[in-house]
Amino acid sequence: MSKLLEVENLWVKFPTRTGVFDAVRGVSFSLGQERLGIVGESGSGKSMTGRAILRLIRPPGMVTADKMELEGVDLLGRSEREMRKVRGQQISMIMQDPKFSLNPVMRVGAQIMEAYRLHAKVSKKEAKLKTIAMLEAVAIRDPERVYRMYPHEVSGGMGQRIMIAMMLIPDPKIMIADEPTSALDVSVQMQVLEIMDKLVTDRGMGLIFISHDLNLVSSFCDRVLIMYAGRVVETLQADKLHEAEHPYTRGLLNSLPRLDAPKDRLDVLKRDPAWATDESVSG
Amino acid sequence: MSGIEIEGLNVWFGEYEERVDAVKGANLSVPKGGSFGLVGESGSGKSTILRAIMGLAPTWSGKIEILDKPVENPRGRDFYRAVQMVFQDPYASLHPRHSVDQVLSETLSLHGFTDIDKRISKLLDDVGLGPSFRFRYPHQLSGGQRQRVAIARALAPEPQILLLDEPTSALDVSVQAEILNLLTDLRAEHKLTYLMVSHDLAVVGHICQDIAVMQVGEIVETLGVEDMRAMRTKHPYTKHLLESSLQSAAG
Ligand SMILES: Nc1ncnc2c1ncn2[C@@H]1O[C@H](COP(=O)(O)OP(=O)(O)OP(=O)(O)O)[C@@H](O)[C@H]1O
Ligand SMILES: Nc1ncnc2c1ncn2[C@@H]1O[C@H](COP(=O)(O)OP(=O)(O)OP(=O)(O)O)[C@@H](O)[C@H]1O
Ligand SMILES: [Mg+2]
Ligand SMILES: [Mg+2]
Repeated sequence: MSKLLEVENLWVKFPTRTGVFDAVRGVSFSLGQERLGIVGESGSGKSMTGRAILRLIRPPGMVTADKMELEGVDLLGRSEREMRKVRGQQISMIMQDPKFSLNPVMRVGAQIMEAYRLHAKVSKKEAKLKTIAMLEAVAIRDPERVYRMYPHEVSGGMGQRIMIAMMLIPDPKIMIADEPTSALDVSVQMQVLEIMDKLVTDRGMGLIFISHDLNLVSSFCDRVLIMYAGRVVETLQADKLHEAEHPYTRGLLNSLPRLDAPKDRLDVLKRDPAWATDESVSG
Repeated sequence: MSGIEIEGLNVWFGEYEERVDAVKGANLSVPKGGSFGLVGESGSGKSTILRAIMGLAPTWSGKIEILDKPVENPRGRDFYRAVQMVFQDPYASLHPRHSVDQVLSETLSLHGFTDIDKRISKLLDDVGLGPSFRFRYPHQLSGGQRQRVAIARALAPEPQILLLDEPTSALDVSVQAEILNLLTDLRAEHKLTYLMVSHDLAVVGHICQDIAVMQVGEIVETLGVEDMRAMRTKHPYTKHLLESSLQSAAG
């Protein structure tokens, strides 16, 4: 399997009042034409890892790595102009707060159309048809109406699907999806996942799928990285997630509420300080 | 005593051919101290029902009663003391240039509390955020940390009724378990009333006694949690929802 992305010893640091805070601490992994899941503690550095790959960490935040390569070519040394090209054409990211990433004063349809015309030289009419088709593809019920809406008028799950539709436009080599389906009901979720799945299997895209939904990651992804306090504490084959050994991962599996097995109180994790200081494992 | 009583609620946006009927003839009733879940299709009107209760829907008709009293238009300070909401989109509901400390102290002083410092520490602790987060701004927090600030802010005025719109959807399951246990404890201690939206049926089943299922603006079925667990449903959409969610949980 050819490597699309290689990351070695990635650090993301933020200066704060009380000293430098390390949000990502020495993370290494590679991505091929596969679905790589990332799960982990809230605040463990999942989103920052995604943003660092796209060089979207704003100063005073700092990023260092021994290696960060897209198809064997260095990403860290590229100019901002070159990076804009990478973001527009080669690596797409679906942000965790979808509505926040849309332009609030521009209609949804116009935004998708603009993104599409930047990518493909087509007439306005053609772009509009394509836009409506994309909204339909992400299972939006009334695409003509949503086309004319402003971002604040769409529901949480509609916002998420609009972002997904936009990120599919450039036919990226790598897609980083940060909690892309957290606001979707199960049946719509399945349809959206199918679209992403097709891109991986048919076009050889690499997908980084950040999610806290353990069952979903286990059934949808090929491999999983488990993050805790800025480090990767365990990597697993996705279908073996339920056989995880690290106590953090075990704890996660035990804190899930279950429809078929109700209980009054859910188990909570006892966090061991050693989990934060152990060496990062490589994925 | 009744906590939330809604009868024949309609909510619409726009006029004439642009009109969207987001909620159509919804009925639901949550006793004081009860806990009610809203589930259903994306875009079916769940958030709109909560927003209408909060007085954030521009055009609506029907009956909304809180603690046996019809709501006033606009809602008064007493209303916001009694009813608080955790919004689906925590980023949009937090002011970008207000630190966590400012957000919480503002809410606390607005509602007449004086021991603000102590309360902020307690609130942050309750939602699993240490003191180091107190002077952060929203953009310096992760998605789940922002959601917990939004929960802390809603708990700050010690409301009697909490409207929760996907309150744990951005949280990893270990933090989710802590927040759900906190909600369970608060309800037991203070007889709080919850109206919760979630697409995660296991979460709804854990917290709620009764569940309404929505599809394109309508409540198509209301059922008790035992019936939901046993798949005793009348409506095909409910059945479909339950089946797909059990399937995805099984992997
Ligand atoms: N500008 C900043 N200054 C200081 N700390 C920051 C800043 N931005 C993020 N952080 C911290 O970096 C850590 C990692 O954040 P990140 O957003 O990657 O978490 P995450 O794993 O995506 O969590 P979640 O699941 O809650 O979204 C968090 O603890 C966060 O508080
Ligand atoms: N301000 C508005 N103007 C026009 N239409 C609106 C407005 N707010 C909501 N709507 C529409 O009302 C319908 C219901 O939206 P709502 O946000 O209640 O859905 P939801 O059930 O919460 O969905 P989700 O699970 O995706 O969050 C949607 O079709 C939405 O586009
Ligand atoms: Mg995140
Ligand atoms: Mg909603």
